[in-house]
Amino acid sequence: MYPASFQYHRAASVKEALGMLQQFGEDAKLLSGGHSLLPMMKLRLAQPAHLVDIGGIADLASIREEGGRIVIGGATIHDQVASSNVVRSKLGLLAECAAAIGDIQVRNRGTLGGSLAHSDPAADYPAGVLALEGEIKLEGGSGSRTVKAQDFFVDLMTTAIKPGEILTSASFTPHPARTGYIYLKHRQPASGFAVVGVAAMVTLDAKGNCERVRVGITGLGPKAFRAAAVESALAGKKPEAATIGQAASHAADGIDALSDIHASAEFRSELARVYTRRAIQQAISRIKT
Amino acid sequence: MAAVVVPKFVGTRVKRREDPRLISGNGTYVDDVRLPGMLSAVILRSPYGHAKINSINVDAARKLPGVVAVLTGEDLKGKVGTLTTAAPAEHVPYHPPLAQGRVRFVGEAVVVAVATDAYKAQDALDLVEIDYDPLPVITDPEKALEPGAPIIHEEFGTNISTRAQVASGEIDGAMRAADRVIKFRLVNQRLAPVPMETRGTVAQWNQGSGHLTLWASTQGPHLLRSYLAEILKLPENRMRVIAPEVGGGFGAKLNVYAEEVLTAYLAMTLRQPVKWIERRRENLAATTHGRDMIVYVEAPVKNDGTLLGLKARFICDAGAYLQLLTPMIPGFAGMMMTGCYKVPAMAFEQLVVFTNKMAPDAYRGAGRPEACYIAERTMDMIATELNLDPAEVRRKNFIPKEAFPAQIPSGLVYDSGDYATALDKALKNIDYQKVRAEQAEARKQGRYLGIGLCSYVEICGIGPSAMLPPTMKGGGWESATIRMEPDCKVTVLTGVSPHGQGQETSFAQMVADDLGIGIDDINVVHGDTAIVQYGTGTFGSRGTSVGGAALMMATQKLQAKMKKIASTMMEVPPDQIVFHQGTLALASDLTKSIPMQRVVDGAYGYKVPIPGVEPGLNESAFYEPIACTFPFGTHACVVEVDPDTGVVKFLRYVAVDDCGRVINPLLVEGQVHGGIAQGIAQALYEEVIYDENGQLLTATLMDYAVPKAEMLPHYELDSTVTPSPINPLGVKGVGEAGTIGSTPCVVNAVHDALKPLGIKNLDMPLKPERIWRAIKSARKA
Repeated sequence: MYPASFQYHRAASVKEALGMLQQFGEDAKLLSGGHSLLPMMKLRLAQPAHLVDIGGIADLASIREEGGRIVIGGATIHDQVASSNVVRSKLGLLAECAAAIGDIQVRNRGTLGGSLAHSDPAADYPAGVLALEGEIKLEGGSGSRTVKAQDFFVDLMTTAIKPGEILTSASFTPHPARTGYIYLKHRQPASGFAVVGVAAMVTLDAKGNCERVRVGITGLGPKAFRAAAVESALAGKKPEAATIGQAASHAADGIDALSDIHASAEFRSELARVYTRRAIQQAISRIKT
Repeated sequence: MAAVVVPKFVGTRVKRREDPRLISGNGTYVDDVRLPGMLSAVILRSPYGHAKINSINVDAARKLPGVVAVLTGEDLKGKVGTLTTAAPAEHVPYHPPLAQGRVRFVGEAVVVAVATDAYKAQDALDLVEIDYDPLPVITDPEKALEPGAPIIHEEFGTNISTRAQVASGEIDGAMRAADRVIKFRLVNQRLAPVPMETRGTVAQWNQGSGHLTLWASTQGPHLLRSYLAEILKLPENRMRVIAPEVGGGFGAKLNVYAEEVLTAYLAMTLRQPVKWIERRRENLAATTHGRDMIVYVEAPVKNDGTLLGLKARFICDAGAYLQLLTPMIPGFAGMMMTGCYKVPAMAFEQLVVFTNKMAPDAYRGAGRPEACYIAERTMDMIATELNLDPAEVRRKNFIPKEAFPAQIPSGLVYDSGDYATALDKALKNIDYQKVRAEQAEARKQGRYLGIGLCSYVEICGIGPSAMLPPTMKGGGWESATIRMEPDCKVTVLTGVSPHGQGQETSFAQMVADDLGIGIDDINVVHGDTAIVQYGTGTFGSRGTSVGGAALMMATQKLQAKMKKIASTMMEVPPDQIVFHQGTLALASDLTKSIPMQRVVDGAYGYKVPIPGVEPGLNESAFYEPIACTFPFGTHACVVEVDPDTGVVKFLRYVAVDDCGRVINPLLVEGQVHGGIAQGIAQALYEEVIYDENGQLLTATLMDYAVPKAEMLPHYELDSTVTPSPINPLGVKGVGEAGTIGSTPCVVNAVHDALKPLGIKNLDMPLKPERIWRAIKSARKA
């Protein structure tokens, strides 16, 4: 509860924050909502000499529509995403993920960028960002680049962010027509994190067959992932219960499942299959035709 | 009691007078105490379950700027005494406040650093070098009993701290007479009390007067003072212990801890105030835990469901050292394990066993949840084995209401009870026949609905002093002082130390009715040994039944004196005078009265001496209860188990509680709500887990599953009222009832849901994976 000594810097702009990162190098950590970093500092598991606070940069805490995409600033708090009319009406899956995070206190502090950059294997957002095929914008000293969600999550708490870069926003294509979605999660009873969380989005074609199925799964393995085998098993198929069940049975295929006091690898894998089946069924049942 | 005064406040839903200050941030907790020159202490704790300490190097830590002192166990040798237990035990280990030579559980205090702030103290601890030799660890109390197991305290040559055997009636005869003997093993898993406010102390030493003042988050400031006096070798009249606002205790703050000794010692030697505030991780590792008991049950029964006796063997995990009541808690479980039932014979053996873990001690219910779990799982086991309705098995075995006061085999005498009426009410409220029909229908559809019952009885109002161990300081009595101040406002000093129970409200309600005044004119003061006369404190649901009775006696003394004074003024005999609406009035004609202020003026001004009456209005009483009280009730719930995930969902939760006469229904409901939450938590969620190396895996609230509101059902509460004949208020106590009644109710419901699969006995907590695995293997079989 007593962190080691550090210097606090409040950046007024992304440019200033980038400059500070360059100046302090490995001794610096970015502070956004602080919900992952501060507990680690209090336990002295993290002892950064410099904290660069980007929470006050107005540009980073915004939700806007730009060129047919919805762009959400990295420092946007979960509650803002969960309650935004734009996100709720055009990107409902992400709003559901945001609403499922922690409790109201957490949602009032934690940020989209913080969650993605931390890449906790049990975080809720990554499942939705993967299913939505989001694009993540990273800014560094030498300019900005965009990374696809699929390529962003690298390993346990490891992302494509390079030293000196800041996650400034994530952008998404709005849900197409005839699309249903849901985020279903088995909550870890103590932390509220996902033991397993499944973000499913299904678009039906005019005949009622699966035109596009996207399934993002968090909690199961060291990093969130897209369940490609599930998606392809349903592509073009009529979404009947048996077909969905068969497809969902592949949800944990090839994943080195995590194991802890809350769920063994075996149980986690089973939860992934059950929640995937249910998520796809419920996503389809919510499609407005 | 002034029975002629029509009650105005007692029995009504008066809102807690404590809450406005607490919810507006105006409460003063230990951490809010800030004194000039105050230092902060931070403690370095053992990372090992069991290890030899070869050396501790604190040189670099002591040199750090801002650091005032860094002490190890060696520095305290001969300076402070051992921590101790109040309960009798064969082997009581030496328990220094800082480890000496060996650590025996993860979280044991090893080094304390004192600095100008807590951050610097932590910096100092980061520089401490300790050379440990890890030793074999034992965390399973059954394995600790095996030959060749590592011995935790070598001087005893055994891991058994103490052993007790109690038997009553012909248990062997009962076994022979039985149609069958149902045998099973129950585990009451280890829990962490997790009060919202962690522990904390501030110690201040006055070198000139030789006075120690200690602020502590405690449930019993006088008890703490008495024990600290012994450990620190200080006279009690030069010690003041203050329990300011205490943010929950649940039994865990009824203790004497290393940190209280340390901060006091540090303040005395450094001659500066010292504060220590427990961090949440420390709270989970080094504040007493609860439960942790394995029980082997044997229940001889007739084929009609009649229980002929109950035999049990308890293996109780004592952790590495004994805290204040560690060896005593399991005794309550044994004494109460026959529950609401007429059981002609009982026998239990209790082994209290050392392991490399924190010591368990009192935790909300303290022995009675364990007892109730035995009785109520037994009832359901009988119902399942004999294919009988669990409600009928209970009804058949209940002690009938005509039998009270009823002596049970353990020797305890239940004061009053009507168990069948509480059961009937719960069954009616949950619409038992209808939910059974729904269950049958659901089963046809492959759904797993379960109905759980729990008829509990527990022991409260502790208690006659003889109930407490002879070696325990303080007694089972309680104290109160009531003072009518010169301006007609009333100060009440109570020896109990409420920390959420709401006696600032309920005691004011009682006094207001007795004196015919408003509750805003009454101030209830507690938790300061320099202000309040000696009291035993708040635990065992005793605050109102014992502390309230003491207050009633003191109030009666005050009334008698005020009537005597009024009698000389009104020229009528005192026994014709009543307290009415701020006056003392003639009972037969309330319009003939004098203002209370006149009587008070007479007592304080004393310009006209009153023969036979001393000046002033200050009366005290000490109440020794003649026996304990035994609240009871029935909880019933309906759950649905998701067979694919093992998740338990609540459909209904009904509670019928009987805590005797009720002073404030709102406070009672609050206690029941919180109690049920903690009881459900044991059934489904909470569990302190150590791995085989003694590492605490549930070391933070990210892993120790205190339930959130969404994890709990809507409670449908009801009550019956069976006054206790034991105390003049007729109250029984309600602080722990919810915890006791709810756990078996939920566990029984889950087993009832899984009955079609033949699943009979799963251990708590009934986590999804445990249920899922049981279903999976049942389906395979």
